[in-house]
Amino acid sequence: MKKKIEIVDSIDISKIYSELSHPASGGICVFIGTVREQTQQQTVNSLFFETYETMAVKEMHKIADEATKRWNLNSIILQHAVGKKNVEEAVVLVGASSPHRDDCFTACRYLIDTLKERVPIWKKEFFENTDEVWVTPHP
Amino acid sequence: MKILLFGIAKEIAGKSVLDASEFSEAKNVGELKKVFKERYPEASKLSSLAIAVNEEYAEDDHKISTGDEVAIIPPVSGG
Repeated sequence: MKKKIEIVDSIDISKIYSELSHPASGGICVFIGTVREQTQQQTVNSLFFETYETMAVKEMHKIADEATKRWNLNSIILQHAVGKKNVEEAVVLVGASSPHRDDCFTACRYLIDTLKERVPIWKKEFFENTDEVWVTPHP
Repeated sequence: MKILLFGIAKEIAGKSVLDASEFSEAKNVGELKKVFKERYPEASKLSSLAIAVNEEYAEDDHKISTGDEVAIIPPVSGG
């Protein structure tokens, strides 16, 4: 079982294939969350992420372990970036590999949805009109 | 006891660490939440407020001890 859990300054997409590839896997599924320019009809310049890192890493490990119990996975990754992120930059990366595709597709959905619900990370939106707002809901 | 603040909770309180002596009357997580909201009424407007004790989410009846690291967790918004 390959497992990688990290809070990082920036997400390096180029390494993802080697991080998830596994001889017993027939498929890899990856979700990358990125900074969107528009939110509720307002233009976003950048986002700022902060975390309670020690707890965030613990929660991410728990989520990975839950997924490993529920689905037949050979590798799993959860990474979240912190600091200022501009439009189009990657902020979160989750992925898994499995012998057959159903398991990694379903697990990947679970990883991102559960991360957004539970992991102590907060995002502030910086708008074009200079407003700054801590985001409180998680759609 | 150490009380850490994050995100909007940090902004409401105007600091990232709270003076634990102000919360000495709180014996458990539920009481600590109540005292925090009394001190900082803005916090009552948040859609949720969770507490972590020693890096784990804790229920209202969870007892707090002097050596604990407590964190005030406003609604999370990662991803």
